[in-house]
Amino acid sequence: MNANISLRAVAKLHVKRASVFLINGRKFISTSRILYQEPIKNKNKEKVPFPGATGSYFTNELQFIQNIDPIPTYRVMDRQGKIADPSQDPQVSENFAVKIYKDMVTLNILDLILYDAQRQGRISFYMTNYGEEAYVGSAAGLNNEDVIFGQYREAGVLLYRGFALDEFMNQCYSNEKDSGKGRQMPVHYGSKKLNFQTISSPLATQIPQASGAAYALKRAGNKNCVMCYFGEGAASEGDFHAALNIAATMKCPVIFFCRNNGFAISTPALEQYKGDGIASRGIGYGIDTVRVDGNDVWAIYNVTKAARKLAVEENRPVLIEALTYRIGHHSTSDDSSAYRPKKEVEDWKRLDNPLVRLRKWLEDKNWWDENLEQEYRSSIRKEIISAFSKAEKLHKPSITELFNDVYDHPTPNIIAQRQKLKQLIEKYPKNYPLEKFKNEGKDL
Amino acid sequence: MRFALLFRDFASNIHSKPLIRNRFIHKAFFHATRTILQTTESPPPAEGFLPGVEQSKFIKSTQEEALKNPELANTGVANGETKRMNMFQAINDAMGIALTTDETAVIFGEDVAFGGVFRCTLGLAEMFGKDRVFNTPLTEQGIVGFGIGMAAMGHTAIAEIQFADYIFPAFDQLVNEAAKYRYRSGGLFNVGGLTVRSPCSAVGHGGHYHSQSPEAYFTHTPGLIVVMPRGPIQAKGLLLASIRNRNPVIFFEPKILYRAAVEEVPVGDYELPLGKAEILKSGKDVTVVGYGSQLYTLERAIQLAEKDIPGLSCELIDLRSLLPWDVDTVANSVNKTGRLVISHEAPQTSGFAAEVATCIMERCFLRLEAPIQRVCGLDTPFPLVFEKFYVPDMTRCYDAIKEVVNY
Repeated sequence: MNANISLRAVAKLHVKRASVFLINGRKFISTSRILYQEPIKNKNKEKVPFPGATGSYFTNELQFIQNIDPIPTYRVMDRQGKIADPSQDPQVSENFAVKIYKDMVTLNILDLILYDAQRQGRISFYMTNYGEEAYVGSAAGLNNEDVIFGQYREAGVLLYRGFALDEFMNQCYSNEKDSGKGRQMPVHYGSKKLNFQTISSPLATQIPQASGAAYALKRAGNKNCVMCYFGEGAASEGDFHAALNIAATMKCPVIFFCRNNGFAISTPALEQYKGDGIASRGIGYGIDTVRVDGNDVWAIYNVTKAARKLAVEENRPVLIEALTYRIGHHSTSDDSSAYRPKKEVEDWKRLDNPLVRLRKWLEDKNWWDENLEQEYRSSIRKEIISAFSKAEKLHKPSITELFNDVYDHPTPNIIAQRQKLKQLIEKYPKNYPLEKFKNEGKDL
Repeated sequence: MRFALLFRDFASNIHSKPLIRNRFIHKAFFHATRTILQTTESPPPAEGFLPGVEQSKFIKSTQEEALKNPELANTGVANGETKRMNMFQAINDAMGIALTTDETAVIFGEDVAFGGVFRCTLGLAEMFGKDRVFNTPLTEQGIVGFGIGMAAMGHTAIAEIQFADYIFPAFDQLVNEAAKYRYRSGGLFNVGGLTVRSPCSAVGHGGHYHSQSPEAYFTHTPGLIVVMPRGPIQAKGLLLASIRNRNPVIFFEPKILYRAAVEEVPVGDYELPLGKAEILKSGKDVTVVGYGSQLYTLERAIQLAEKDIPGLSCELIDLRSLLPWDVDTVANSVNKTGRLVISHEAPQTSGFAAEVATCIMERCFLRLEAPIQRVCGLDTPFPLVFEKFYVPDMTRCYDAIKEVVNY
């Protein structure tokens, strides 16, 4: 008997025992529950006494364990927006479903406009969310008090929570109304009121932070969880390993949401890892794991809701791997045609698009049609462009903000350096673009 | 990855056989110090060896001396009880107070639950519960990242990195994340509740990875506070201040002092100021600057120099905080003395002394009467068998003082 067969047998056993996990009447299976059943199957074998793997048993058969069957991908809607298993229907209201769709469309148009703005040199940098719009569904599966740690391609989550178009624009323009005070590159959003921790560029650093934040929430006893997003490339960082291991050992209510879009800049997923994606690793950490169709907003919604339940009610970390395809370039500094054929991208855009899928689903329910589509697209476009122009006209923040917030209070040397800059710009005012900044440096 | 076990063995040995071990240390410290120092056949004492601590005038061995400290005047412990504690006990005491006074405070790291490999967290898990004092998996980047996350939720996270030598896996989390958290979010979020404690510096036989003094890597990072105490009273007051400070703090503890430095420590809740140096000894001819365990070496070097050069008077300053550091106190001193010697155990090139020397050159150029002397570790990895030749010992410090005086 090889390992494949044995694990398959376990999976079968699981199904036979029908130990299902129900949320809103829908069936949900967590992989760790499958593993928990393994000792039952081997109950007649002699268990090892070693402290490092108490569930193991002795065998006289020398076998290396390689692949288990690939982890299946949970889906609710097919590419035509049809729900195959009615028991998996998300059972959402029209308003709710339309809001999600509208947010996805908004995100798409926001991306179009800001991407072009970067191409015209009006903002310094941008990253689109093309193909990953369905992650709005993950935000919808959370409570607004749940704390979010992101990577940088999660603008849809912010939109869903109510981050205003002005706020997106102000951040990308680094203007005086940017709550981040113009200090970080575009798309490094953050919002205290929306419980969205500010994005930072170093990949995966947010993952162990999310574990720690979740532990704090657990201690505070307020029945919230942490949601942590990252790409499949970031999962190769050591911080991913640290985070999942600590979350499991410390029983942190955190959901790790991996956006596996097939590429980390130019590196295809097949050069990123050799195992069964990211999901297979969750099992190794003893974490409830699920893989989901990342283009299916309802699958993401269902999975996130179920994960949240596990996290909050049982203090179990959960790993979600959402499979999708990065339709856009990595960023405005990247031309993805240098490493993948344009046709491939076009095919994805055309054949499996999260927006199209949800639209078809809505149209089947008569909750949406071409008129509403045109109307919404043109009105939101106007709103975005208006926010865009407003943000562009604003001053950059006061130059004083260069020196604030390094510490809670400026240190003596920071005060001295601010004085020095003040004297310098007074001496050489023409050498600096002072007029672009609020107060033109006079408040230094 | 490492050989922390070495130290754990020592720690548990001492714990389980107090009589034998204590007698050995006692003997080593009080009766045969010079002999052992000079006898290459003798192995170094398990807990390391630092000549001068027991004889130091800076060690407060009576209640009266301890409470005379003017910085304690407004802390509420000025007229209170004191208790004889070594440095690990003082640190333990500080953390006990921190956990008592702040419900959100937790302590975590590798092996902290049973008391820590240096006994700093002894009894805390029993007293405060396993959810507040707990072991993490063996991952430094995870420990610091986890602490940042807790602090981002407004909680107080006291993380331990078992040896400063192993803080480098967490360098990214400390430098790119903790230090910049407030700034990059425009002040929306901060991790002010984070304190990272870590044993540092030489211990007599620590070799490459149980001896390093990595403070200068962190003093180059705006957003962090870096602190190093020189003894139990300071360790308690500075650690409480660090835990409660609203910025991320790296708190380096010279491990050689854990048992060697014993003082009468106020039992109450008190803080000592961060960012402020302390003048340990006033003088008029040479300013000598150091921090951590190096101060005891400097004290002995000064004593010898003042004995050998009649009329010489040296001023000794303990920086205590390295970021931000107290330029004013040092500059005022050098403007008075005209001469400066800086000493630290870390390698010389780009070490913290370079920062002190440059700032003082800028501030005191017209008053300097001799080139500033740096007495530092050598620009080599920290060696095992050559430790005595590597460290900026009493002889090198003494020689540097003589050099600046005779220039």
